[in-house]
Amino acid sequence: MPERATLPDREPLQGYQLGVVREVLLALLAGEASHGYQLRARLALALGPLAGALNEGQVYVTLSRLEKAGLLTARRVGQTDRPDRKVYELTPAGRERVDAWLHDTSWPKPAPAEFHLKLVAAAAAGLADPVGIVDRQRRELLVGLAQAQRAALAEPERSVAALLLEGVVLRLQADLRWLEACARYWNSAKER
Amino acid sequence: MHEKTSVLSAQGLRKEYGKGAALVRAVDDVSLDVAPGESVAIVGPSGCGKSTLLYLLGGLERPSAGTLALEGRQLEQMPETGLARLRRHALGFVFQAFHLVDELTALENIELPALLAGSAPRAARERARELLDQVGLEDRAEHLPSALSGGQRQRVAIARALANAPLVVLADEPTGNLDSTATTEVLRLFGQLHAGGQTLVVVTHDERIAATADRLITMRDGRFVGETKLAGGTARGLTEMAGLEG
Repeated sequence: MPERATLPDREPLQGYQLGVVREVLLALLAGEASHGYQLRARLALALGPLAGALNEGQVYVTLSRLEKAGLLTARRVGQTDRPDRKVYELTPAGRERVDAWLHDTSWPKPAPAEFHLKLVAAAAAGLADPVGIVDRQRRELLVGLAQAQRAALAEPERSVAALLLEGVVLRLQADLRWLEACARYWNSAKER
Repeated sequence: MHEKTSVLSAQGLRKEYGKGAALVRAVDDVSLDVAPGESVAIVGPSGCGKSTLLYLLGGLERPSAGTLALEGRQLEQMPETGLARLRRHALGFVFQAFHLVDELTALENIELPALLAGSAPRAARERARELLDQVGLEDRAEHLPSALSGGQRQRVAIARALANAPLVVLADEPTGNLDSTATTEVLRLFGQLHAGGQTLVVVTHDERIAATADRLITMRDGRFVGETKLAGGTARGLTEMAGLEG
C-alpha cells in the first residue's frame, strides 16, 4: 500500500504492550516479593499460546524502569552456584498505583467509527462498493476467528489462557454480527 | 464439475415454492462440490435458503431443477425407496432440536439407525457403545434424553448420525439451541470428527461453528454470494487480536 510509506511508522513493536505489562508486574508483586523469572512465568501461564508475544528482555527493562520511578525496589540476593539474582518488592507508591489500576474502568476501544465512515465515504464518493468492502473485512475477521477458535479448542479444559482466547472469539463474533448488519444496510441502499 | 473427486456434488440446484406472482425461489441455482474429508459451512441470515439447501443435499426434499450426486450416484430422479435407503446408509443428519426419541435411552437412540439399516442387534449395540465413548458420554448410556443437558443431547444426536459410518454428515444449526459452554462441547466434537476425516456440511448462523470449517460459503436470497477458505492466520495476528501488541 503506497500511501502507507509516506506516513511515519509507528514505534517499532516490542512484543508486549508496555503500558499493560507495567501495571501487571506491579500487581503481581503486591502479593509477595518475587524474582523476574517468577513474574515472567506467571504471565506466560496466563497467556498460554500467546506467551510468544512476551519478550523476555521487556520484563526486565520494565522492572528497572519501575525501580527508577520509585514504584518498586530491587535487592540482590546471593546464590551459591550462579550470579546474584534480584528480588523485586513493591514500594508504598507502587501499591497506590496498583490500587488505582484495579479500580480503573477504562476499556479497550472497539473501533466501529473508522470502518463505518470508510463505508459512508466510499459510497458517497462512488469510490468502491461498500458491500465489497464489508465482504473483504468479513473474510479477514473469519480467518481470525477460525484461528482464535482453533487455539482456544487446543487448550485443556479449565485453562486460564482459554479464557483470554474466548474473549478474542466473542469479540470477533460481535464484530462479524455488526458487519452482517452493515451488509444488509448497504445492500438495500444499492436497491433504492 | 469435479464429480470424480467429490463425495457430494450439486449442480444448478433450485427449489421453488408457489406459482406465478407468489413464486419463491428458496434455493436459486446453487452449485457445490464437497471433497472427501472436507468440512464446509454455509452461513447466511435466517430465510436465506440454507436449511432448504441442506434438505436438498440430504435427499429430504427434491429439487425443482438441477442435479445432485452422492459418490457418483444421481439422487434427483431416484425413486423414494432407494433414496430412503441411501439416506439411512450413506448420510448422517444433525438437527438444531436434536430430534432424539424421548422414550429411548442415549444408547438406544444411537443404535436405532443401525438397526433400521438391518445391522444385527449385537453389532448395533457394540457400535453404539463405541460412538457413545467417542462423544465422551459412556457414563450416560442408560439416561433418557430428558435427563441430559442440551450439549449432551446434541452429542448423542451426533453419535446417532455416525451410526452407519455415513459418507457425509449434514448438520442444520447444530448449536442453535445451545449456550456458550455446550456450543464449545459441540465445537470440540466437530473438530475431532473433522480431524478423523469425516466429511461435514454444516448450515449455521453461528460464526463460531462456521469458523471450524475448511471452507465457508455465504448465502443470501437463495444464492451463494461468497466463499472463504479458513486456513492460515499467523501467531502475530492472534496476539494483536488479543490486544497484546500494537
